[in-house]
Amino acid sequence: MTALPERTDRKLGLVIDLDTCVGCHACVIACKGWNTENYGAPLADADPYGASPEGAFLNRVHSYEVRPAGGDAAQIFHFPKSCLHCEDAPCVTVCPTGASYKRGEDGIVLVNEDACIGCGLCAWACPYGAREMDPAEKVMKKCTLCVDRIYNEHLPQEDRVPACVRTCPAGARHFGDLGDPDSAVSRLVVERGGIDLMPEQGTRPVNKYLPPRPRDEIDVLAPFLDPVDEAPGGFLGWLDRTLERMG
Amino acid sequence: MHPAPSLIVFSTLSGLGFGLLAMMGLGVGDTDGWAGLLRFALGFALAGGGLLSSTLHLGHPERALLAFTQWRTSWLSREAWAAVGALALSGLYAALTLAGTRIAPLGWLAALACFGTVASTAMIYAQLRTVPRWHHWSVPVLFLAYAATGGLVLSGAWAPALLMLGLTGLGQFAAWRGADARVARDPSTVGTATGLGGRGAVRPFENPHTGPNYLTREMAFRVARRHGLRLRSLALVFGFVAPALLLVLPGPAVVIVPLATLVHIGGVMLQRWLFFAEAEHVMALYYGP
Repeated sequence: MTALPERTDRKLGLVIDLDTCVGCHACVIACKGWNTENYGAPLADADPYGASPEGAFLNRVHSYEVRPAGGDAAQIFHFPKSCLHCEDAPCVTVCPTGASYKRGEDGIVLVNEDACIGCGLCAWACPYGAREMDPAEKVMKKCTLCVDRIYNEHLPQEDRVPACVRTCPAGARHFGDLGDPDSAVSRLVVERGGIDLMPEQGTRPVNKYLPPRPRDEIDVLAPFLDPVDEAPGGFLGWLDRTLERMG
Repeated sequence: MHPAPSLIVFSTLSGLGFGLLAMMGLGVGDTDGWAGLLRFALGFALAGGGLLSSTLHLGHPERALLAFTQWRTSWLSREAWAAVGALALSGLYAALTLAGTRIAPLGWLAALACFGTVASTAMIYAQLRTVPRWHHWSVPVLFLAYAATGGLVLSGAWAPALLMLGLTGLGQFAAWRGADARVARDPSTVGTATGLGGRGAVRPFENPHTGPNYLTREMAFRVARRHGLRLRSLALVFGFVAPALLLVLPGPAVVIVPLATLVHIGGVMLQRWLFFAEAEHVMALYYGP
């Protein structure tokens, strides 16, 4: 049913730390690997070894340059992006067939691929570009929050998290219940001032992003690191003067 | 947004077809005899052909019947119901009318269903907050005006057709101006999309993928922007000015009406192409301003 649940018992989601992400794309590959072999149709590629390879991915990493006002040096931030499992998910209500739905028990937004007609309207309704049409199966693919891992009792406990979280070598991705104010992820969001993406779209995303911390202050050490010695003394001074004289 | 030919053909032809069927339902122009039969047939062919064209857009058209299930929330599902209702009511009305027993209230009901279908189609676009150019009441109003205009031109009702050509043309001009202003005011930027806007000027440094993908192809279409003004002018000339001039020319209706309709269709198709091609999706902000 494409009506949204009035409330969800839990709000499972991700917290992504933009301060920590190193932009290695390991989460992209882990996601593609797991979701090609498990839930739903495999994530297909078109022309994978040709001149113009492309394919369906549920998680992608952008990189942005931010130039601060005042002329300070620009900074680069890596920005992983996948479904935010919004509380007011516009992709769910537009679906004409009921293929797209949000679960009442944990808030995960899923696609029943057997009922998907591949009209693409849900991808249009999503502000974040979180849904991609599979080039081979012609059904809509999206992040499942690895629903087939997190409840999978055949996996060891440490593997019962989304593949992207399990693989991240930098610890930039966290998984948990954002509806529980005492959960580790909720506390992290409060401590670090976690934010919503495009809040003006009114989607109320469950996933949060932790903004980069302020740059480290290096002013204390800076004078000792001065790279150019304007008036060298001692042996270097003698060498400098001697070389000057040699013209 | 990607201007998919199947969607342009669908919305143009079905809008025209449902507009014509609505006019027949309201009793505008000839509804009986050979002229009536021809107009009903044309209305059903355009509306039905347009609907068939829309299924070309689907990845799995064989599951299309499922689209009737979610009318409580989905405008696409409501459109499916409205279209079936409009075709059924118009079919019944056409059969009775051609048999010589025209029931006016049934025609009005059919007209209401026809306009309801066109409005549902428009609401599929107008509901999308992600496309600021579409997210406005003027979108369904204009879709209805286009359908009524085309229906009147095809009905050969000269005076109302001329009036609606003028009104819809002016409305389209005003809607373009309004949409430009709305898009310029839109609060979403690459800064709000990434949450990094408070730290300085944000721009993409490296995209996640080297080639195009579904997202960039479907929602970051940018070709039309450069020729926007010229294409808009052409759409107004073909859609409204030329058909109006043709209608006031002296000549036999059998020549003038098809000619004016064809020119009008050309203009509407151009307008629909622009409707998609000019529409900016906020997702494209992730790929640059």
